[in-house]
Amino acid sequence: MQRELTTKIRNNPKFAELTSKRTAFGWTLSIVMLVIYYGFILVVGFAPKLLGTPIFGVITLGIPLGAAIIVSAFVLTGIYVRRANSEFDELNRQIIEETK
Amino acid sequence: MKRVIAASAAASAAAAALAVPGVALAADAIAGAVQKQATNWTAIIMFLIFVVATLGITYWAASKTKSAKDFYAAGGGITGFQNGLAIAGDYMSAASFLGISALVYTSGFDGLIYSIGFLVGWPVILFLIAEQLRNLGKYTFADVASYRLQQTPIRTLAASGSLVVVALYLIAQMVGAGKLIQLLFGLQYNYAVILVGVLMVMYVTFGGMLATTWVQIIKAVLLLSGASFMALMVLVTYNFNFAALFQAAVEIHPKHLAIMEPGTLVKDPVSAISLGIALMFGTAGLPHILMRFFTVADAKEARKSVFYATGFIGYFYILTFIIGFGAIVLLMNDPSYFKLGADGVTYDKLKDMIGGNNMGAIHLSKAVGGDLFMGFISAVAFATILAVVSGLTLAGASAVSHDLYASVFRRGRVNEVQEIRVSKMATVVLGVLAMVLGIAFEQQNIAFMVGLAFAIAASANFPIIVMSMFWKKLTTRGALIGGFLGLISATVMVILGPTVWESVLGNVKGSAPFPYDNPAIFSVPLAFIGTWLFSIMDKSQNAADEEAAFEAQYIRSQTGLGAEGASH
Repeated sequence: MQRELTTKIRNNPKFAELTSKRTAFGWTLSIVMLVIYYGFILVVGFAPKLLGTPIFGVITLGIPLGAAIIVSAFVLTGIYVRRANSEFDELNRQIIEETK
Repeated sequence: MKRVIAASAAASAAAAALAVPGVALAADAIAGAVQKQATNWTAIIMFLIFVVATLGITYWAASKTKSAKDFYAAGGGITGFQNGLAIAGDYMSAASFLGISALVYTSGFDGLIYSIGFLVGWPVILFLIAEQLRNLGKYTFADVASYRLQQTPIRTLAASGSLVVVALYLIAQMVGAGKLIQLLFGLQYNYAVILVGVLMVMYVTFGGMLATTWVQIIKAVLLLSGASFMALMVLVTYNFNFAALFQAAVEIHPKHLAIMEPGTLVKDPVSAISLGIALMFGTAGLPHILMRFFTVADAKEARKSVFYATGFIGYFYILTFIIGFGAIVLLMNDPSYFKLGADGVTYDKLKDMIGGNNMGAIHLSKAVGGDLFMGFISAVAFATILAVVSGLTLAGASAVSHDLYASVFRRGRVNEVQEIRVSKMATVVLGVLAMVLGIAFEQQNIAFMVGLAFAIAASANFPIIVMSMFWKKLTTRGALIGGFLGLISATVMVILGPTVWESVLGNVKGSAPFPYDNPAIFSVPLAFIGTWLFSIMDKSQNAADEEAAFEAQYIRSQTGLGAEGASH
């Protein structure tokens, strides 16, 4: 990539906007996933009986919670893709457009 | 601290057998002795149909595979949806299908803990590295790591990390394949390993990434359909009443209510977190998975790939959970699925299943769909192994030809024709090596290998990829020392850990110098700290140049400007 192009993009405020928004969003969602997962693992490690609490017949708290974590992983990726496909891609398109 | 929280669930004999060190990742490898079964013609015919169809695809793919980009990256023309299926295909190995349902069968809830660990790495891959990977890379993840660093040392490091991970994974899959095929088809172990080796070499050498991807897609669709049908039939039996299904399972299972809560899978918090780190970040360091990101046109398709892959993989794990419970309720009380004791009546529900507990899903397919459906599921299990080893072999061959040969030995002075030829030669060599090692390791305990592969991927490959993308002060020296520190420390800690030291090398129980099965909680931070320390200590001109080159790399990684596009 030519130096001129690099300077042009670096000086475009939209580039700073795109990277800061996307980085913040990506890290926020990552932290949400990490908290959900390691929260679950810590309960498994320190208080396994909690997950064995019956909630409906023999069904314990752990079963719907485990299923919910699987669903949450998919939902979080969906949330990211939705915003990236619209807002981030549009910003990126504008940056490239303005560079030409 | 260790094993303090261990004894929460009363461990029956079978649970104790299952809780041998290394079980945490053992479910991903078919371990232990198996007996050869009667020749299963339905399964063999269905499998032959799969082989003929995939060889047809390979023939078609060969006619479209001309350039290096076609060979390594399917011309960049795979869509996000197709790639999502292919990634899911790479991830849903036969061992995870049979192994996780077996874990649910013996321990219930523990199977769910295990699958969750395998899934949660995917969203993080999407949020942090997927798009940058696509924008910076060409054929292998070494392209990304060495983007602004010195080619020779960094590609050597990346290729070492790739080849070690591929070799471990491949041996585990080959041994699993041999044993599984003995069980499913009644074929000799050696023939089974050779058959798998020959077919995978054909797919990869003739059809490259395009054939490998389509084999993977077809297998993923077959596996998801078959597993869906099984889960559906289990639920139909209970009129979709989950409470009734679980109630029946608790009554039938010898551990009763203990299957509804965490059991012996997770021994203590340190092991639990270490396993979590290895699974989560190891996924982001598997070379055959990372390679898939270069088969799509742009960052948008790369991100869609992960979205679909996460959906398919999550759905698959929910199915294996239902299948495991289905095996409990539909098989445990039926003596025809068990080896009976001397009296001809009694059997141990957790130990005496014909062919071992890994056969639970296969027996269940017979229980819900008869012999024909069992033939189908057996053929799908075989197809699954074939698809996974093909992807692994291609990733290994690419590390040899694209990283070692083209960049390190020839310093980039090489044309595409030569490079592809070397790649095909490397495929054949890897194929032969996989067959030889697969046969050599038949009687060995290989359960630790997949765990070690994940630990190395998390400790050597992942830190270098992430730091090269996001940290401008990363230098060649830092990456090289940190990467090898991760690779060596993970390997040494696994060898000194209970699984290899005690179970494989046969030392006395409790004598292992390193107390944990999974080293990731130590080796991953060690790699990061080593990389950081030796980068900031590097005051050379070279280091300054590498820092100066970060901006252009960052702009390309964020905007995709200058990135490799689709060739057709």
